[in-house]
This record gives sequence, C-alpha cells and structure tokens, in this order.
Amino acid sequence: MELHSNAPTGPIETAWDRHRFEMKLVNPANKRKFTVIVVGTGLAGASAAATMGELGYNVKAFCFQDSARRAHSIAAQGGINAAKNYQGDGDSIYRLFYDTVKGGDFRSRERNVYRLAQVSVSIIDQAVAQGVPFAREYGGLLANRSFGGAQVSRTFYARGQTGQQLLLGAYQALARQVGLGQVELHERTEMLELILVDGRARGVITRNLKTGQIDTHTADAVVLATGGYGNVYFLSTNAKGSNGSAAWRAHRKGALFANPCYTQIHPTCLPVHGEGQSKLTLMSESLRNDGRVWVPKNAADVTKRPQDIPEADRDYYLERKYPAFGNLVPRDIAARNAKDVCDEGRGVGYPPEREAVYLDFADAINRLGQHTIEERYGNLFEMYERITDEDPYKTPMKIYPAVHYTMGGLWVDYNLQSNIPGLFVAGEANFSDHGANRLGASALMQGLADGYFVLPYTIGNYLARAGRDLAKTPVAEDHADARSAKAEAEGRLKAFLDNPGSHGPDHFHRRLGKLMWEYVGMARDKAGLQKAIEEIPKLREEFHAKVRVPGSGASFNQTLEKANRVADFMELGELMARDALAREESAGGHFRVEYQTEEGEARRNDDDFAHVAAWEWTGKGNTPTRHVEDLDFEYVKLSQRSYK
Amino acid sequence: MSQTIKLTLNIWRQAGPNASGQFQKFHRDAVSKDASFLEALDEINEELIQKGEEPIAFDHDCREGICGMCGMVINGMPHGPRTLTTTCQLHMREFKDGAEVWVEPWRATAFPVIKDLAVDRSAFDQIIQAGGYISINTGSPGDANEIPIPKAVADLSMDAATCIGCGACVAACPNASAMLFTSAKATHLGVLPQGQAERLSRARAMVETMETAGFGGCTNHGECEAACPKGISVDYIARLNRDYLKAVVVSQTT
Amino acid sequence: MATKALALHQTTVGKKAIMAVTGFIMVGFVIAHMLGNMQVYSANPAAALKAYALLLRSFGGGLWVARLVLLGAVVLHAWAAISLVKQNAAARASRYHVKHDAVTSYAAKTMKYGGFVLLFFILYHLAHLTLHIPVGAPAVADEFAVFERMKAGFEVPWISALYILGNIALAMHLYHGVWSMLQSVGLNHRKYNALRKQAAVAVALVVGVGNISIPVAFMAGIVG
Repeated sequence: MELHSNAPTGPIETAWDRHRFEMKLVNPANKRKFTVIVVGTGLAGASAAATMGELGYNVKAFCFQDSARRAHSIAAQGGINAAKNYQGDGDSIYRLFYDTVKGGDFRSRERNVYRLAQVSVSIIDQAVAQGVPFAREYGGLLANRSFGGAQVSRTFYARGQTGQQLLLGAYQALARQVGLGQVELHERTEMLELILVDGRARGVITRNLKTGQIDTHTADAVVLATGGYGNVYFLSTNAKGSNGSAAWRAHRKGALFANPCYTQIHPTCLPVHGEGQSKLTLMSESLRNDGRVWVPKNAADVTKRPQDIPEADRDYYLERKYPAFGNLVPRDIAARNAKDVCDEGRGVGYPPEREAVYLDFADAINRLGQHTIEERYGNLFEMYERITDEDPYKTPMKIYPAVHYTMGGLWVDYNLQSNIPGLFVAGEANFSDHGANRLGASALMQGLADGYFVLPYTIGNYLARAGRDLAKTPVAEDHADARSAKAEAEGRLKAFLDNPGSHGPDHFHRRLGKLMWEYVGMARDKAGLQKAIEEIPKLREEFHAKVRVPGSGASFNQTLEKANRVADFMELGELMARDALAREESAGGHFRVEYQTEEGEARRNDDDFAHVAAWEWTGKGNTPTRHVEDLDFEYVKLSQRSYK
Repeated sequence: MSQTIKLTLNIWRQAGPNASGQFQKFHRDAVSKDASFLEALDEINEELIQKGEEPIAFDHDCREGICGMCGMVINGMPHGPRTLTTTCQLHMREFKDGAEVWVEPWRATAFPVIKDLAVDRSAFDQIIQAGGYISINTGSPGDANEIPIPKAVADLSMDAATCIGCGACVAACPNASAMLFTSAKATHLGVLPQGQAERLSRARAMVETMETAGFGGCTNHGECEAACPKGISVDYIARLNRDYLKAVVVSQTT
Repeated sequence: MATKALALHQTTVGKKAIMAVTGFIMVGFVIAHMLGNMQVYSANPAAALKAYALLLRSFGGGLWVARLVLLGAVVLHAWAAISLVKQNAAARASRYHVKHDAVTSYAAKTMKYGGFVLLFFILYHLAHLTLHIPVGAPAVADEFAVFERMKAGFEVPWISALYILGNIALAMHLYHGVWSMLQSVGLNHRKYNALRKQAAVAVALVVGVGNISIPVAFMAGIVG
C-alpha cells in the first residue's frame, strides 16, 4: 500500500493557504444536508463539533463520560504553546515549527507541523474571545512562561488548569450549538463499531451506557477524536475511562495505525503505593526547576529515612551525568535515568518494587526561603501531601515516571483523513504532529488546531468532492453493512456476558499493564519485545476465557464497558510491541537499549527509519503488515540532540 | 506494605432509577491507608465480580480531582470528610480504624439515580446549553491582546471558572439548589469584557433553565461553598441574583 | 432548548427577591417599633406611651396605608416562603440516611418553623395590645392606656415568657434574614461583605435585646 501525505508541495510558508484555496466548498444551503459524526468531546472533538455546527452541518457528537465537559483534556496542567511572540523574545511561527520537528526527533511530517505552528496564534485569539481566563500581567495583557526547556516564552496558561479552561471554552461553544439544535449530543454513549459502505466511513454503532441500548448512527463523514491509548499500561496519568477502542475498531476495519510504539513517559509522577493502585498522578514538571533529584549511593540505604542519609552518600545522578542541564534534562532522559537507578536497586519507593526517586527541595528552601517555594509550588505541595500524607517541605518528594501521552495513533494524511475515505482523526488519536516525542504544552495546541482550524476545512472539501457519490448511496440504519456492524458489536458484548469466567477485567488489565511496562516501557530491547509478543496473546486468550462480567447488557454495566475496552488493549498492546521491535533505532519516546550512543543517549537511524510505520490489520491471529511513509526534511536539518 | 485499617462500609445499592434502594454492608479487614476511597471500592468490586455479583456502580474518570465525574456522600458529607477534596482524592487514612462509613449517592430530584452511586447530572449541561457561553463562532475574533483585562478581573473570572461541575453543591444544599454551579459559570463569563454583551440575557436564561430542571432555591445556608472541592464562593450567588433581577426587573431588552 | 420566559414570581431567585423586599419593610417596622417601645423607660412611661398612641392614631388614613403595606408584606413574604419550602422539599424528595451540616446555622435551618412561630406570636401580640381582646391578661378599659395594658400583661409570667420566646424567634429570624436579604437582591461587594454579617448580628441583637428587656423589666419591677 502506498501512503500519500497529500501535503501541498512548494514553499512551506504558503502551503496551507494554497491548499485551502484549492479546496472545494460546500454551498451554505447544502451544508445542512450533510451529517458529520464526531466521537469524543475533548479539545479536538468538542472544537470540531462546535465549529462544524456553526458552519451549518448536522453534527452528532458522542462521549462516554456523563458530560462533554469531562473529557480528559481537562486534566492538562501546564499550558498551550502559540507563536504569538508577545514577549518579543525572538519567537516566530518558524521557530515553533522548528522546535516541534526537532523535539519530535525528526519523525513528524514537516508540512503538518508548520501548519500547526501557523494556526497556533488563532487558537489563542479564539480562546480569549470565548472567555478562557488565561493568566495576565498587571497591565492586563496575556502572560507567558517558558515551558519544557523552550528558550522562548510562548506558553499561555490558566493557573495549573489550562486544559480545563480550554476544554470549558470548547465545551461551551459546543453547548451553544446543542442549544441551537445544530449538534445532537449523546453523552454516556460509546462507539462500538465503524460502519463502512463501499469503502467509505458512513457511521458508527454505539452503546448507550445508561440503558445498554445499541444504536446505529449513519453519516457522511466520521471524526474520531478519542484520545490516546496510554491506558494500555493500566497505570498511567490518563483518566480511567480513556481507551483505544474507537481507534482500534477503525483499525480493524482497515484504518492504518501509525507509530504505535511512540509513548511519552512523564518523569515527575507520584509513585505506585501498592497493588490496589488504580492510576498515576502527574506532578507538574516545573518542580524540576527547584527540586534536586537523587537516590542513595548505596542500595543498602534505601530503607533509611532520607534525612538520615548524609550528603556524601547521596547520588544526584542527573547533575552528575548531565552537568550542563542537570535536573532539567528532557522528559525522556529524566525518566530513563530514574528507571536505571531503580533497576540498580537504589529506588526508594514502596517495597517490593521500590520504584521511586527523591525530588528534594531542601536546598531551594534554604536558598529562597519556604515562602518563595510555597508561592511557586504551594498547590502542588498540597496535592502531594493530600495523596501521600508526607510533607514535602520537610521530607523530599518521591517521584517516578509514568505513561502520559501516546504520539502514535491512526495514520492520517495532511487533511487529517485516514486511509479510509470519510474517516478523519484528530487530536491525540491521530499520529500526526509530534513525531516520536511531544513537547510540553503542545498537546492542547494540536487538539484545538485540528478541531477549530483544520477539520472544518478538510471535511468540507471531502463532502464537496464526494457529495454526489454520498448522495447516490444513502445509508439508512437498516443498510446491510450497518446491520452487520451492529451484529458484530452485539456478538462481542454477548460473549463477555455469557462467559462463565473467574475474574473482572481489571485483573487482566493490570497484568497486561505489567507486561507492557516491563517490556514495552521506558527502555526496550529485542528479547523483551519478543517476549511481549509471545506473552500478550497468551494473556489475551486467558482473558477471553476467564473474564467475568456480571449483570446484563441492557443496563448500566461498567464491567461490560471495561471488558470491551480491555479486549482491544490486549490487541493494541501486541501491535505496540511489534512496532517497537521493528523500529531498530531509538527516537524520542521509543528507546531501544541496543541503539544508544556511548553516553547512553538515543541513537536514531535516519537512513533506515526516517519514516512513519503504519500498520495494517490483516485479520485475527495474522501478523499485521507494516507500511511505510517516508519523511522528507526540507527545512529542518536532521541533527542529533545532546544534553551533555 | 502500607498500613491498613478495618472498616465497615454501608453502601447504597439501587438497581435503577425507579427501583427502591437499600444499604449493603461490607466488612473490610485490611483497607490500605494509602488507597484512595475509589480504590477501596475497586477492591470490593473485584471481589463481587469474582463471586458473580454485580459490582457497585459509581462514576469516576480522571481520579486526580479535576474532571468532576466522581462524587458520593460519605458520612453525610459530599466527597467525604476532607475539605477541598474530591472523592477520588480522598484517602482511607482519613478514617479511623474500626469506623463505620455510610456511602450514599448525590440525592436531588434533578439528579436521578442511574444505579447505586451513579447519578444523572445532565441538568447541569442543560443550564450551560441555555446560555453558559459567549456567542462567537470560530474564525478571526481579533488579536487576543486587543482588550487588556486587569489581572484582578482575570483572576476573579478564573476563581469562578475552576468549578468542576461535580454537583457536590447540589448534594450538600438542604434544598438541592444549583445556584452555586450556575452562579460560578455566570460569574466566570460575566466579569470579563467579552462576556458583557450577553451578561443579563445569560443570567436570565441560565436561571430559568435551572428553575425548570427541578432544583430547589437558594436559602443562603452556605453548605454548597463548604462542600465544594474547589472552594467556589457564595459571593457569586449574590452576583447572579443581581444580574437576574436586573434582567427581569430593570432591563428593557431581556 | 429555549425555555419559555418565566416571570419574576415564578423563579426561586425572584421569590427570594420578593422575600428580601418585603423582609426589608418588616425589618424597618420592627426597628421602629422597638424604638417606640423604648418609651417605657422614660420618666413618665404611662403618659409618654399614651401620647405616642394618640399621635399614631392622629395619622388617620396614613396609619391605615402603613398597616396595609405591612399586611401586604407579611402576606407576600409568607406566600413566597411557603412556595419555596414546597419547591425545596420536592427538590430533595429522597432524603439522606446520614447528613452532616458543615456551616449552616440553627437559625437558617429553622427559618421556616420560625416564620410560623412569629406569625402566631404576632397574632397574639395584635390581639393583646392592638385589638384589646382579653388573652389571659386582666382587661384595661382605656383604649389608649398602653402602659397599663402592658403592665397588666407582663405581670402574668406566662405572657412575659411568651413575649420573650417570641422575640428570641424574631432575633433568630433577623439574624439569618437580614444577611440573606442582602444576598438575595445581590447586594454584595468584596470590600463590604464582612459588614453584611455584622449588620445582621447587630439588627438581631438590638431588636431582640431591646424588646426582651421590656417584659424582663416589668417582671423585675424596674418599670411599673
């Protein structure tokens, strides 16, 4: 299969403008004749649904949460990047583009990223007009901060709740369209299957989670804005409900899954406290500005209280290994080093794994005073104390890396259309803009760029061009392809309910998570990946044989929801391992132990792997096929990063 | 492992919206003090599933106190005994060894029980759909820095905007009133220059939708503010009262 | 989605505003009434009160207008209250098995009962001192002999006790009501919000202590 990015050629600065001009437009009077389905109401989904409703399309939006306002974009803390250059510190669209391509370790499509940087400025204008209360200076203008090692201040923020505020902005725009009758919103409704007719995406099968009713919704185009798949690891900073099922169902219907192995591990999360742990909590990365990371030099000291370990017996390993950047090395390096010291038996977390390192503020408190630290991190310290019952002003915090974001996702072209015509994918659910590693404060930017400023154009273009074909084959609920998709979904749920089984889905999910964390986690190697590819199918079989789902399908049944999601994770996890095995290089969030520099840095292989790997489903039990889209770097020169 | 406590949990079980409910008693011998309240329920649920019984239904999602999906009344207090805390961030160490704990759903006519501890809060969404927004389309609204907003005003707006829509205010209010939620949104938008054009019509539309959804009225007990995990202030209720009265009594256009 | 516009008296916010405005009228009345009562402490209370009663009566039609305004305020206040109580009860049809109140006051929780107590107390008080119906106290023949009628009443211990209890209920009603009144019509301001609670306490204390002092003074023989 040949993959075409469909990105415009010619000068990159004008590519998006030219592309938009070449698009066909839908006559305003005809827009209401088209129905667009949007699955997911996070930043990407809510903004897309709202904007297309404003344009006059018939929109049906779906979310599994009880309100569109609760999508997991809400949890993003840090901020959103935009090349406004309000600070006059040398930022520009080109610089944001450059930083994003480089930060993504040269594994993203230049033209997509350039467009992202371009529309970033409009996002801020739009959000402010909606009433998003961004932080401001005393003069009344917007405040910025530098984030994630960027050398310019381009991050806009609303306290530590930027995602919440941006999502509320998009949710309010969506609510307005619901109120006006332009968008039909289905909360507590989960997509179970994609409906394909003549190779085009023409609708979805959904389950009303409240009543258990399974419905058919037909449409002229389908947007998946269903977020990432970090919960494959069971423990992650994702919300408990976050899942990869919509994307995986589309994948099984033929949509290619790109770069599944690219996962971002966030270095500063709260460590695991025990077997019953259900999720991991992120602590803002800004803590590393003043905290010093250390573990005991001797494994024998890990059971001692930190205050009893003298300075001479402490190993400030980041400062030791990376004197220039110290505790501020990029996320992946900080994360991997934490794993290394814990693997050496020097971790200080809960036994038996002891997976945690200290983040110590004693020096900063001595230097700046407790008051200053309180001002900078008061709310974070309070949150830490609430969860761990330890006072970080007196005893060092314990932190450990956790899965945070997945750069991989369904393959899309420049129009954010998957290889299935009429199926568009936005936000974290697609693979597009972050390459192998996402920069801080770029996730919110991408979600909103896709939803507000890209999809409304590209879907319009698709509908304008395909309109006649779509009109010729109207798809009703009782269309044979819709019926078979529905039957497929019903069969799957029935199998869970009929299974005698012995354990709940969480039991198997936890075990999958452990396998993934062990073998497809922060550092991967060939043997481990092969082991994962061997073990996951076994676990999957055991899951299907032994999972127990009490209750009925015709009512609110959270166990059934989980079982259905875990089943898909069981397949997706294996694909991640296969992708990681096939990518014989280290890049961004994918670190292969075999491919590192002498200093232990990621070593890319641009000759063989400067491409997107897009996997094709070839049927149950078959090995998936790996397709390749080559990446060209016309503007940003390939270079190796170094933080020594 | 971490320390554990013994607890007796009385948990509300209700099969559906119209079913009558009752408490089910769970004796727990070793609840980890480091577990969150929801993790303690997860553990009970896994055991129930293994026995083939239906697990306790409860809403939850982010489990870091921001999505607003979780919420139950624990020992008579929405989100439990710790102030400024959502249920997912409440830890078992807040309970004494041997304690008896009562767990109930949000009780409000406007929030019908779906099952066990899960309730339907879509009335909140209806309030927002009626006017809890600024009417602008996606496009080119002008540069973000065109209108300077005094920092104190932006901060006030942000204070109100931190509402997570969990519904603890309704659960805590002796009248099951939604005024704290409604007024927080009206204040978030109403103090900003962008929100002025629709300020009065917004207040009226939101209040009227709230009224028809089955919530009670505010009689100024202040229980909502005390239960709010984000500390939203009842001052906003006075603001909404003022804007609503202006809209209905004074304004010639709303 | 657009709902049919509701009139002021159809919303809880509107009803609370009606209660606030009518409450304001009644607060004004009870303060003035209490100040008038203070004439029992003048050098010649019998003469002072008689002159005061004659003065009020001399307003003729004006007095009736005032009485009608007060009566209207009471009726509207009670109507709004009953309507709210019903709606609020319906909004919490299913009750908690365990409920812990964090900050609300006894006064706030008992407003609805306190309102009824006050209504009956006012009826008794009107019968006793305005309509001159014998209600357990010896009758006094002279229509304007206010002081003598008070003395006759307050020398009966249970009547004094009734007045004291009635005024405790009044003070509690004022304590929650005055603050609540300001909140309900949206009179709030960051700089002066603290004053609202203080004003409520002051009004409740002054009116309560002022009024209660009278039966106490009679019983203690300080006046009479």
